[in-house]
Amino acid sequence: MSLAAAVGVRRYAFADLREVLAKASPLRSGDAMAGIAAGSAAERVAACRVLADLPLRRLRDEQLIAYESDEVTRLIVDSHDGAAFAPVAGQTVGEFREWLLADSTGQAELAALAPGLTPEMVAAVSKLMRNQDLIAVARKCRVVTAFRDTIGLPGRLAVRLQPNHPTDDARGIAAALLDGLMYGVGDAVIGINPASDSPAALAALWRMLDELIARFAIPTQSCVLTHVSSQIAAIEAGLPVDLVFQSVAGTEAANAGFGINLAMLQEAREAALSLQRGTLGEHVMYFETGQGSALSANAHHGVDQQTCEARAYAVARQFKPLLVNSVVGFIGPEYLYDGKQIIRAGLEDHFCGKLLGLPMGCDICYTNHAEADQDDMDNLLVLLGTAGVNFIMGVPGADDIMLNYQSTSFHDQLFVRQALGLKRAPEFESWLQAMGLADSDGRLLPAAADQRLLRDLTRGLA
Amino acid sequence: MSAPARPDPWAQLRALTGARIALGRCGSGQPTAAQLDFAAAHALARDAVHQPLDTDALAEAWAALGHGPARRVHSRADSRATYLQRPDLGRRLAEADAARLAADAATAGEHDLAIVVGDGLAAPAAQNHALPLLAALLPRLAGRRLAPLVIAEQARVALGDEIGAALRARLVLVLLGERPGLSAPDSLGAYLTYAPRVGRRDAERNCLSNIRPAGLPPAAAAGKLAWLVDQALSRQLTGIGLKDEADLPGLAAP
Repeated sequence: MSLAAAVGVRRYAFADLREVLAKASPLRSGDAMAGIAAGSAAERVAACRVLADLPLRRLRDEQLIAYESDEVTRLIVDSHDGAAFAPVAGQTVGEFREWLLADSTGQAELAALAPGLTPEMVAAVSKLMRNQDLIAVARKCRVVTAFRDTIGLPGRLAVRLQPNHPTDDARGIAAALLDGLMYGVGDAVIGINPASDSPAALAALWRMLDELIARFAIPTQSCVLTHVSSQIAAIEAGLPVDLVFQSVAGTEAANAGFGINLAMLQEAREAALSLQRGTLGEHVMYFETGQGSALSANAHHGVDQQTCEARAYAVARQFKPLLVNSVVGFIGPEYLYDGKQIIRAGLEDHFCGKLLGLPMGCDICYTNHAEADQDDMDNLLVLLGTAGVNFIMGVPGADDIMLNYQSTSFHDQLFVRQALGLKRAPEFESWLQAMGLADSDGRLLPAAADQRLLRDLTRGLA
Repeated sequence: MSAPARPDPWAQLRALTGARIALGRCGSGQPTAAQLDFAAAHALARDAVHQPLDTDALAEAWAALGHGPARRVHSRADSRATYLQRPDLGRRLAEADAARLAADAATAGEHDLAIVVGDGLAAPAAQNHALPLLAALLPRLAGRRLAPLVIAEQARVALGDEIGAALRARLVLVLLGERPGLSAPDSLGAYLTYAPRVGRRDAERNCLSNIRPAGLPPAAAAGKLAWLVDQALSRQLTGIGLKDEADLPGLAAP
């Protein structure tokens, strides 16, 4: 089948699948920097027309990055479930879009299909979708995971409490943590990005979070977001590690840039499981991703950044994570230039991850050199809340003073809960009620000075 | 006035962190003052990204230090929008400037150190802090063969590699504005690269960051840089090997 289509009076031909996928992508600065974006709006639609007529099978049978040279490709090919793929095996990408949107396709069909889908298939179909299509299909997906609470249930939204501090100061972290808990934040995870990578400093953070969670019996889990090798070492040293974190990307070479490979992730998962710290489930991994990571490591093999991102989800899927977080606007304007591109990417990532069966969350965020502001984040927050995102971030005042970027605030999560009627994880919601922090509807109660959490923690910080 | 914003009762905890905690709330919203505080910090950061470098003022201030006239160059990024989207263009000299530097260097000898002051992601950082830093640094470099100062627009760190090579410098020091945060819109970064040439990797550099009066003050930064320059020239390297011994942070270049 020739890869060509006409738009207007001109016919556009494409050399291979990589070129079709790249040129069918909605415009973003990263693909332009890589020199693989469509040269005109008409060429973009021509690539979409070619993509619409492409058999889904071809995306399974023809590899964008060679099987022999990339372990992510090998993972994708070797783990593909042909039986699960059968219901859509005869479709083109355009027909697949219509099947996904059809009223007759529901949660059960999508869950059964997930193991039969590859990253390339979901990336391809996403390129034919408008934002409303990405939302409509994603909200039909349901991915539920558990460790000490249950995340991803219908009508629920979890939040990562992110109490970072530029020098890992224990009292500074505790103050932000307390503020977040009082806002009902923290059911996804209490996760700290440490400034230091010294084992002693990291150990202090793991112990501090463990003591806090145990002392108040908080139904949540902790994570210190350092390199996976440091976390394996911490587990071997007997430290109380709940979730193991790692940034992952969609090509073997990009993962090498992170200093990881699939075997290391497997080792980390087994180490975390050996501690048996989860009470409700065995989802022990927390992954972060983001469009542009492969390109920034010069490891994209000419594949567009959104398809590379979807391939990262194949890596994540292998290790049964509790949480997968697309840190969508962190990477900067050379990859996603403005609010429009960040919003589009956030919806694509959530859609692709959910279709592949992942517990997708999103760090709705931007940096100061991107053409974006809080209004763009409000927009993406409402869109992703509508799409059924599993979790978002909770950062004091939306201003992360350690990583120097802007995310969603404790206030923002309250807003989206009220606007869309989204509850917290059920175990966490019950805990808030038991602590007198929220009423039976999940509404925050006025904080009394003798409230136990506030009283005990404030005393410790005095 | 009824139902004013309810203040959070643990405001004393705010003293423990620079994070925006204990803001209080009105419904799910932030109180107006907190919202405007955030907007002000973001506005300063945004303006820092887009404000052009006043190269005339910099060149005059440099001339007053008595080390000869500065050269002015431009990267291949011809606008701020291009600069932000194409870091690769910010790492290479505009062709005319590259040719001019090379022609000048053909008549000059080798240099121990070339210094580049660039806008980077926050021109105010270079505008405000580069000259105080250099005024403190230059007396400590007595006896070194200094290339003429180069003032660069739409510059990334790696632009110094091409400049240093063109000027036949053994070492290049690049001073430019770091990506502005909400808490500091004018942090200067200093990057030192031995044997500069196009294609050097970030791991081959040493970096001092957060140079500003309320961070690492320019005079203190000058002391550390003078030490690094001496070490780099005598040991003929920069990067990880130097970092470990000096116990200095090696940060990724913007």
